[in-house]
Amino acid sequence: MSVATAFQTIGPYWHLIDDPALADLTRFGAAGEKIVLTGRVTDGADALVADGCIELWQASPAAGDVFPGWGRCATDANGEFRFTTLKPGPVPGRGNAMQAPHLALNILARGILTRLYTRAYFAGEPMNDTDPLLAMVEDPVRRATLIAQPEGEAVWRMDIRLQGDGETVFIGL
Amino acid sequence: MTLDSPDLAPFRAPAPGSQPDNDSPSYGSTRHRHPTQPLLAFGQTITETTGPRFSPAHFPSMIDISITDGHTAMGERIIVRGRVTDEDDRPVPHTMIEIWQANASGRYHHERDQHDAPLDAHFSGAGRVFTDADGWYQYTTIKPGAYPWRNHHNAWRPNHIHYSLFGAGFASRLITQMYFPGDPLLEMDPIFQTVPDIAARNRLVSKFDIGITQPEWALGYRFDVVLRGRDATPMEG
Repeated sequence: MSVATAFQTIGPYWHLIDDPALADLTRFGAAGEKIVLTGRVTDGADALVADGCIELWQASPAAGDVFPGWGRCATDANGEFRFTTLKPGPVPGRGNAMQAPHLALNILARGILTRLYTRAYFAGEPMNDTDPLLAMVEDPVRRATLIAQPEGEAVWRMDIRLQGDGETVFIGL
Repeated sequence: MTLDSPDLAPFRAPAPGSQPDNDSPSYGSTRHRHPTQPLLAFGQTITETTGPRFSPAHFPSMIDISITDGHTAMGERIIVRGRVTDEDDRPVPHTMIEIWQANASGRYHHERDQHDAPLDAHFSGAGRVFTDADGWYQYTTIKPGAYPWRNHHNAWRPNHIHYSLFGAGFASRLITQMYFPGDPLLEMDPIFQTVPDIAARNRLVSKFDIGITQPEWALGYRFDVVLRGRDATPMEG
């Protein structure tokens, strides 16, 4: 038995490994319902996080030759990220539970030593009412931080607040 | 897919003291960037236990970043070799490792790095390798220089190479930094020191290895990486 290697911050210069194409998960021509997920990342002093690395993963639709299921997007000068992907469907949870459609997001940045994990659900999705993760967040204000809102056709917005008022619900891993 | 398949078992909880706390005041940038609410203890589902796969067809290997367009970068050429395993000591085969670093003068090829040290036209500082069937990886680069930062008076980052690994699931994501043995800056580096357990911290320091060193060519360093292992007990179901 060994112990997993320690995290260290991704720092401010991680863009050396970035490729803006990675923010479009449909770039290989995957068919399905195309959506945009965008959002602004701010910190506990209301400052824009303009050096962040946002990574997205989704178990649905299943990753394959034309759909990587994974994307990476740098936050811009306005702290904004923007992914193009396919709308996920429900996925199994524990036991017989089903989970409402959601995207997994990792927030990595200078000043974040590990990574902050959260999910983006979709407003108006009937399954949200029975989703086991959302059910754990009793405070409606906090629960709302996990739910992307429509912003025009097929565009969804979920802002991320790292700290303080309106702090996003981050999930332990 | 069912969640009781061993391939989808949740990843083990981190060993106590082995990971940094995001609220680490000595590293100033954490001040407004760490959550103050407790993390939601939800556990892992298919979203967290599965993860992306990367193919060299889409992410070509760059195993020698000491040479660009036939020109050799300035600095001390080094070879870094190591093995990627999981917490059960099983090799992690064919997994992608991304690396990035400053040049020999301690300057990143990055527009926001304004340190008054020369850029090197023949060094981008970014690389990518895949482990082989037995978990081994190797690349050639230039030893990165130390550089100043504004965390506190007279603050300098020790020599380091950034690492990014994914492993088998979203929950096994790892971003870390490899350091060099004998670096006097390590004991005063707030980022290195955020790892509470001293043994876990020291595993971030590579080892000089004469066996990896190539005669008349380059010094060799060994750096192994351990990714999270999966729980032996499958998820309830």
